[in-house]
Parts: sequence; structure tokens; C-alpha cells
Amino acid sequence: MSIATVFGICAACLVGLGLYGLIVQPQPLRKILAFNILGGGIFLLFGAVARRGAAAGMGGDPVPQALVITGIVVAFSATALGVAILLRLFEETGGTSLRDTPKESQSQETNS
Amino acid sequence: MNVELVFSLGLALLILTVAGFVIVTRGSFAAIVGFVAFGLTLSLAWMGLSAPDVALTEAALGGGVTGALLLGACARLRRASDVEETPGLVGRGAALVLCLGVTTGLVGVVLCLPDPAPTLAPVAKQSLASTGLGNAVTATLMVYRALDTMLEKVVLLLALVAVWSLAPDRFWGGRPVFGSRQEKGGPLIFLARVLIPIGVLVGIYLFWVGADAPGGAFAGGAIIGAMGILGFFAGVSAVPAVSAFRLRVALAAGVAFFLAVGLVGLAAGTGFLTYPENFAKPVIVLIEVAMTLSIGVTLALLVVGPPGESSGP
Repeated sequence: MSIATVFGICAACLVGLGLYGLIVQPQPLRKILAFNILGGGIFLLFGAVARRGAAAGMGGDPVPQALVITGIVVAFSATALGVAILLRLFEETGGTSLRDTPKESQSQETNS
Repeated sequence: MNVELVFSLGLALLILTVAGFVIVTRGSFAAIVGFVAFGLTLSLAWMGLSAPDVALTEAALGGGVTGALLLGACARLRRASDVEETPGLVGRGAALVLCLGVTTGLVGVVLCLPDPAPTLAPVAKQSLASTGLGNAVTATLMVYRALDTMLEKVVLLLALVAVWSLAPDRFWGGRPVFGSRQEKGGPLIFLARVLIPIGVLVGIYLFWVGADAPGGAFAGGAIIGAMGILGFFAGVSAVPAVSAFRLRVALAAGVAFFLAVGLVGLAAGTGFLTYPENFAKPVIVLIEVAMTLSIGVTLALLVVGPPGESSGP
């Protein structure tokens, strides 16, 4: 078993953990956290593939590494946007619930 | 079993434990603190995978700046009083089965990766001399895949525009409100005054050595951005109004300069985003200067958020 395999399996578990949190956690902030863990797992999977491509005196394939650096920055921008939307939702409604309409108004809509 | 492998196994277990804590713990604050720890342990894993450039970016951005962003949000959401119910036992069971399936599939993929692994490392190494750079990851970011890097700068700008456009109409063009309005403590101001010059120096150093050693514009820019956040938070420097002209110039500098160099290459007939034969390195370093500045300013402003008060007199 090589180091790349160890971190590859670790990455697969992180993806599963993040996905579970994304589905099960009801609070949006926790969903954003889980989404970042899911993303971290995907990046690490890339890292394991990069490590396997070690050649020409380099510790790993530089191309996936560069892609991951780009990916980390894009993931951060998405997180910042998600947090900003969440804070605006809180300002407007005083809550952070993701349920779109209260139950009463929903039933009225279906009646009409 | 050698020492390195045992260390990697332990580290992988630690990462999974911390990630599990972040997912299942009850309090949001504890989860975010756990997430910062997750970012730091993950950057150790990147060191284990011989990817120090990624490790630096992950530690600075994944742990540090994201942590600051989420802690700020957590503090503002403290008054949120929704009682959210978690899915029932059946729902959680179904989610668990789905996630176990995904993980099992990915583990299968990891174990069945082709051998010998396909790699672009020899090709990257071969062309390295013509770029004048010593760090193959920087060469990939700035030369081989320059278009990706430029577009990714555009994504950062678009994200900032999207965050700003969440401001209510009356605050448009005003200043973001960041940190509490209370009297700032002495220790925080002291920390900001001592740490910011050192941090900015470290950021510039990381960008400068990035040409030949681990580092680069992203890690350097993230550290400079973090110093900006500390300055805004401690009240040492005022958050600029989003309509300020100099701020707009700093934000656009990276993409604008990158695009200008690309168009010069197009006009010279060598193609979009090609560098002049003999002085590729100076041009790349100049682009990186503009990029580091833009990345730092953009990251800090993404954390600070949309304008919350009118610019006023």
C-alpha cells in the first residue's frame, strides 16, 4: 500500500462524509461546511492521482496540483458567495430556514 | 511498513476524525473551529503527497481565510432562532447508504488506478527551461495553463460583484460593515500592528520565491488578504467604500494586466497568452505582482461582505 493509496482512500471517505453532512444537516451554514469537506475530499483525490504521476525527479505531477490550487480559490469564492446570500436571507426574514414558504400559504396556493 | 507510511495512516485517520467531528457536532461554532483544524491537517496531507504549493494555499485559504469568513457569519447568525429538524431515521439511513455507496465506488476507483500512472511531469519538466521558472507548478499556472488561471481570476471578481450586489439599494457604493462596533481591545490592535507588517512581508516573499520554490501568487495573495482582514477587524485600517476608484483599480489590476499581455502576444502573431521568447520570466513576474495584489484585495473584500452603510459625507 503506497502513500498515494492511503490518502486516496482518505479522500473517498471525506467525499462520503461531506455528502452525508450536506444531506442531513438542516442549517445552511453547516451545509456550507459539509460542502467544503466534500470539496476537500475531491481535491485530495486529485492529489493522490498527482502523487502517482511522480516522474522526472518531481514528487508529483504538477498539472493536477496547479488545477487544485485554482480549485481551492474558486471553492473559497463560492463559499463567500454562499455565506453572503445566507446573511442576506437572515436580514430579510430573521431566520435561516431553507423551507421556501410557510405551510399555510402553501396550502392556500394549492386550494386556489 | 516504513515510518512514512505509518505517519500517513495516522494523519489520514486524524483528518477523518476531525471531518467527522465537523459533520456531527451540534454547535455551529465548534464545527467551524473543527473546520479550521481540518484545513490545517489537510495541508499536512498535501505535504505528505509532495505538493508543498497546494499545502501552502490550503493552509492559508482553506483553513485560515475560510475560517475567518465562517466565524464572522456564525457571529451574525447567533440571533437566528429557527428550530430546524434533522431528517428522520429513514432519511438519515438512506443518506448513509447513498454516501457509503459513493465512498465505496471511489475507493474502488482509487484501488484500480492504471499502473504505470499517466503523468505530464516529464513534459512539464522539458519545457521548464524555456519559461525561466524553476517551479513546475508555477509554470503550469502561469504558462502552460495560463488561460485557466486568468479565467479563475475572473471568477474571483465575479464572486465579489455577486456578493456586493446582495447589498440593499440604499447602501450601494457604501462601506461594508465589519467586526463589532464596540471599543476594540488593546491586545487586538497590538496584534494587528505587530503582525501585519510581518504577514505582508511573508506574503510578498512567498510570491517572490514561487518562481523557483514552493509558494506562488495564490498563497502569497491569501496571506496578504488575511492581513487586510486583521487590519479591518482591529480597526487599524478603514474598510474602503466599494465605489472607491483606487479599490477598483487594485481589484482589476490582475485580470487587466494578464489580458493585456495576452493581447500583445496575439498582436505579435505568436498567439493569445504567449510570452516573448527571451524575457518570459520578467513578464510572468510582473503579471504575478498584479495578480498577488488583486487576489489579496479580492479575498479580503469577499470576507468583509457587501456594503452595509451608505458612503455618506
